Amino acid sequence: MVSPNPSLAGGTSADSTHQLLPDVVIRLAGNSQDGIQSIGGFLARLAGRSEQEVMTFMTIPSTISGGPSIFQVRMGSGEILTSGDSADFLVAFYQHSYDAHINALRPGGVLIYDSDHVKPNPDDKRFTNVGIAITSGTIEAAGGTGKDKGKNIFVLGLIARIFDLNLDKLRQLIQERIGSKGDDAARAALLAFDAGYAHPVENLLGHLYRFTTGTPQQQVRPTVTTDGNTALTYGLIAAGVRYGAAYPITPWSSIMEVLRTEFTRYGGLFIQAEDEIAAISHALGFAYSGHLAVTGSSGPGLSLKMEALGWAGMAELPLIVINVQRGGPSTGMPTSVEQSDLLQALYGSHGDNPRVVLSPKNVEDCFYIALEAGRIALEYRTPVIILSDQAIATRIEAFEEPDLAKHLVQVKPDLTPRPADFKPYPLDGISRHAPPGTKMLSGKYPTVTGLEHDELGHPTGSPVLHAKMNAKRREKIKQLAASLPVPEVYGDESGEVLVVGWGCTYGPIREGVMRLRSGDAPLQAGHMHLRHLSPLPPGIGEIFKRYKHVVAAEINDEGLYGYGQLASLLRATYANPAIRSLCKTDGLVYKVSEIIAGVKKIIAAV
Amino acid sequence: MSTETSTAPASPAVNLPLSKKTLTSDHPTWCPGCGDFAILNVYYRVLEKLQYPQESIVTFAGIGCSSRMPYFVNSHGGHYIHGRSLPFAAAISLGRPDVHVFNFGGDGDGFSIGGNHLTHAARKNTNMTYVIMDNSVYGLTKKQTSPTSPIGFKSKTDPTGAMDRPINPMRTLLNSGATFVARSHAAQIGHMTEMMERAARHNGFSVVEILSECVEFYDGAFDAAVPRKGGAFQTIELRKNDGTSEDTLRHDPTDEVAAFKLAGLEWPGKFGVFFEVKRPTKNELEAGLVARAREKTKNASDLDLLKGAFARMR
Ligand SMILES: Cc1ncc(C[n+]2csc(CCOP(=O)(O)OP(=O)(O)O)c2C)c(N)n1
Ligand code: SF4
Ligand SMILES: [Mg+2]
Repeated sequence: MVSPNPSLAGGTSADSTHQLLPDVVIRLAGNSQDGIQSIGGFLARLAGRSEQEVMTFMTIPSTISGGPSIFQVRMGSGEILTSGDSADFLVAFYQHSYDAHINALRPGGVLIYDSDHVKPNPDDKRFTNVGIAITSGTIEAAGGTGKDKGKNIFVLGLIARIFDLNLDKLRQLIQERIGSKGDDAARAALLAFDAGYAHPVENLLGHLYRFTTGTPQQQVRPTVTTDGNTALTYGLIAAGVRYGAAYPITPWSSIMEVLRTEFTRYGGLFIQAEDEIAAISHALGFAYSGHLAVTGSSGPGLSLKMEALGWAGMAELPLIVINVQRGGPSTGMPTSVEQSDLLQALYGSHGDNPRVVLSPKNVEDCFYIALEAGRIALEYRTPVIILSDQAIATRIEAFEEPDLAKHLVQVKPDLTPRPADFKPYPLDGISRHAPPGTKMLSGKYPTVTGLEHDELGHPTGSPVLHAKMNAKRREKIKQLAASLPVPEVYGDESGEVLVVGWGCTYGPIREGVMRLRSGDAPLQAGHMHLRHLSPLPPGIGEIFKRYKHVVAAEINDEGLYGYGQLASLLRATYANPAIRSLCKTDGLVYKVSEIIAGVKKIIAAV
Repeated sequence: MSTETSTAPASPAVNLPLSKKTLTSDHPTWCPGCGDFAILNVYYRVLEKLQYPQESIVTFAGIGCSSRMPYFVNSHGGHYIHGRSLPFAAAISLGRPDVHVFNFGGDGDGFSIGGNHLTHAARKNTNMTYVIMDNSVYGLTKKQTSPTSPIGFKSKTDPTGAMDRPINPMRTLLNSGATFVARSHAAQIGHMTEMMERAARHNGFSVVEILSECVEFYDGAFDAAVPRKGGAFQTIELRKNDGTSEDTLRHDPTDEVAAFKLAGLEWPGKFGVFFEVKRPTKNELEAGLVARAREKTKNASDLDLLKGAFARMR
């Protein structure tokens, strides 16, 4: 009966008791003290350690509207692009969990509920209902004074049985993770796990499941599982960043919390500043000192950094600035996802200040985008903004460990004495400051400045020089633009519609375009994902001309003139009237079905 | 303040001992008679005394007439944004233990827009020297009320006289946790030199507030402390610990309560070292943290540390 995920269903029986499936979406709903998130943690680790089975894994962002604590995981044996529009399995710990999440289960899906707490609506015939006494089963198995503590591990055992997961690896993970809390805790956990696993759930389900063996990816290094903020953190370290400063704000904070400790291990320093203005000022002080530095925040904090960012553009110092976007304006929806800081990143601050703005497409890409940001900042002596978002920051994905030896960059202050003809601000080249401690063979020591200046850094009110220096600062960013690769198009190279996105819309758009191109009435459709938002890479305008419609899909408001922030930028840049806008601001990542419906509606309306 | 700019003088040779000549850069753009000239000259003098390697000196500032300082000193340095120079300069000190950081700024820069940063820079006790050039007015923007303008001061923003209670700089600095707090006057070259030198030699966050007259917009502001103009320049005698009975009357700079009392004296008050204590600097504390972390990692290479981090994600 269950054919999870209709579009991707594989489904021939492997044997009499196991049905094959490519992937499954499981939503667990309970209370936060039930350790719902840690089931996800175990499954993530398991996925990471199951290279042979090529298990992939993605969670939805840690906060989603609904019950007190939920966790949704999509796991399987192929490339996983999204965490799934609706759940194939729902595990409901309480009545309120059932009430709040039953409609997230797709018709034909499986409801597993704790029969000690939940009474499903007997008239609702949409699902296969499987009642299991999770609470009493846990108490009975683990005994002792823990009461129903360990329900999550019981459910983990149940999931292991249903999906034929690797028992030895799971038992070892439980030992590793819970063993640190003492032998008794580990023993109780294993008892709960075994009890869950021993439950003959196939009698209620009709059969069990097994994931299809996907084509093993050509993977040289082991799989790692982590969230986007962590991937970004270690990407910064690999990029050679050893100094930084910030002020806490959700969802940025976890990056600074880790950097504060990690940098000391690498001999660096991260300062918790008194506010975001001090934070970027510290970071610029480190940059001026010859280090590669980072500061970061979320929306409101970025607003505070803007004046200093303008100075950094003028003074031409390298810096990485991270914005883990959340719902705005103001305190807005601080734990929800939004992509409404794009124009702030491009145009915030004052005066003419050409920006470099990058955005990662998923968790894995957070690592590589940090590397690229570091490289650009150092090469072009400019601040580089990384726009991540709450969804990418908090969800967990599995990916191949990066080639760390290849990527690791070492940055040290360059104190070689500067020759007598050294100019800190040459008109015909990129400015390269001499950090303090550097001998100047001319005997003249330079001043970094936010005042308009001549080539030696002396303040000037000359209109001619101001125009020349503006051009110099602009040209180096154009030079960077020319060096960027033309964005790839997935799917049809020309035709009906090109869907363009950035940031966390990567997965849903890709899956949406896949589906638009298949099915009963296939469309000629392509997907372009932009990691470089400023400067825009070359070739985009020409690619746009090959499609009847270009739809920019993003999580922000359509604004006063009916276009989202990326759509506005693209229309202004390419003056192509085919560019339309698909927007929403419900605080959630796009569902694949929303992309499909939205694109079809736009095409139909034109 | 005159807005014309000028170019640097002919280049001095490298590795000469520091002198006013080697330290002079652009010609100052201040109004003739501005108190800031004297502070610049005293800074040259102090650097001459200290003889740090020229490349290791950093002269940094925010925005204001006073904050133009870095252009006039031939050292590494920078001219940042209004009120935020302290966190920038503190990071230079923390990021580069081999350099000597001097930060300059006005009363508006330090006590108004940068007030929050002053509080935190002081409590963190980062090793650097901060010179506040207090003219009790906004000079660069041409005569608005500053946080140290006295009640009744007529400015463009308070044409009928300032009404807000001014900041007491010494109290503010003492309260913030600066470990060296001194006060001087731009008309007193010898005293200024002594204060700035002591501040430079202090290990920790040292700050000297110098009353520096803005002849353009607040003429005669500090005459009450200028003997030539009928005022009195009263200095603080510091305790010598010589066991004499008169010594008990002298100021003990480690006595915070006594320092607060001095700070509360009637205008123009006294000049000298109000407070001086030893407290671990942020530089030392952070270096300790790094040393312990490095020991724990057994001095592992960056690559091994990074590999370890990813191994934990498996
Ligand atoms: C963000 C910002 N706000 C305002 C200004 C304008 N501004 C420049 S200097 C200054 C005040 C200067 O007074 P002070 O710091 O006492 O220095 P002084 O010129 O008196 O030496 C102001 C308001 C600015 N440059 N930047
Ligand atoms: S502080 Fe006053 S006197 Fe000094 S340069 Fe500025 S305006 Fe002129
Ligand atoms: Mg002033």
